[in-house]
Amino acid sequence: MNSLLTQEVPLTWYLLLSAVLFALGVVGFLIKRNLITVFMSIELMLNAVNLSFVTFAHQWHQVKGQIFVFFVMMVAAAEAAVGLAIIIAVFRARATLAVDRIDLMKL
Amino acid sequence: MHLILFIVFAGFCLAGAINLLLQTHPINSALSLIVVMTSLAVLYLLLGAEFLAAAQVIVYAGAIMVLFTFVVMLLNAGREERTLGSRSARTVGFPAVVAILAVLATVILKTQGLGTAGLSENITSTEELSTVLFTKLLLPFEVTSVLILIAILGAVALARHGDGNGERTGGK
Repeated sequence: MNSLLTQEVPLTWYLLLSAVLFALGVVGFLIKRNLITVFMSIELMLNAVNLSFVTFAHQWHQVKGQIFVFFVMMVAAAEAAVGLAIIIAVFRARATLAVDRIDLMKL
Repeated sequence: MHLILFIVFAGFCLAGAINLLLQTHPINSALSLIVVMTSLAVLYLLLGAEFLAAAQVIVYAGAIMVLFTFVVMLLNAGREERTLGSRSARTVGFPAVVAILAVLATVILKTQGLGTAGLSENITSTEELSTVLFTKLLLPFEVTSVLILIAILGAVALARHGDGNGERTGGK
């Protein structure tokens, strides 16, 4: 029990978690049929990449890795605002959120 | 203790992400995304990034997800209908996901010299982070504030397009 309390976690596990979360985000992007949940999958991928940034910042004791995550968060906030505004505009124009029916630019 | 916390919150993270994929209603997906983001904040804290853990909760789990749930409720988004998706997604997309995951996993597992993370070792204080941010990286920081301002203006312009005020020429 004492060894369990003091045991350290290899950073490989963090990186693997990040890779799996990223893959789940890509899968969500492919299988979800609602515009908003597709957008959420993109946020999930961003978060997964942030986790590996923080892990590498920990590995090399660099503050800049964390600052990069800070900038990614700010850009993600801007992206979410614009993206959701676009979703509202699309909903006004097409009256649907299903990605299968938003096919004006499809060949 | 670090190991236990990691396993618990990594489990929450993965469960939330899988739940996001399995739920059909967007509001349930949004709630499971909040679970993912909050457990990621705990993982940041375990890696010694205390400012980022706070920012993750405030910015992501707070601001961005409130925006998401607000839009879901505003547009009254119902249950999504399950379709099979496009053929290209099935033939190219899923093998590509498996390939990406396999490549990433082999690279990560083969990497030598990755350290370990223990509890309460080298926590980056907010002071340390802000010193670098406001001395060396002041210009990018200010540029980002301009970016946010432009994003707000763009969001307002996009969302009020076609508002029936009579004074706007756009829309229908």
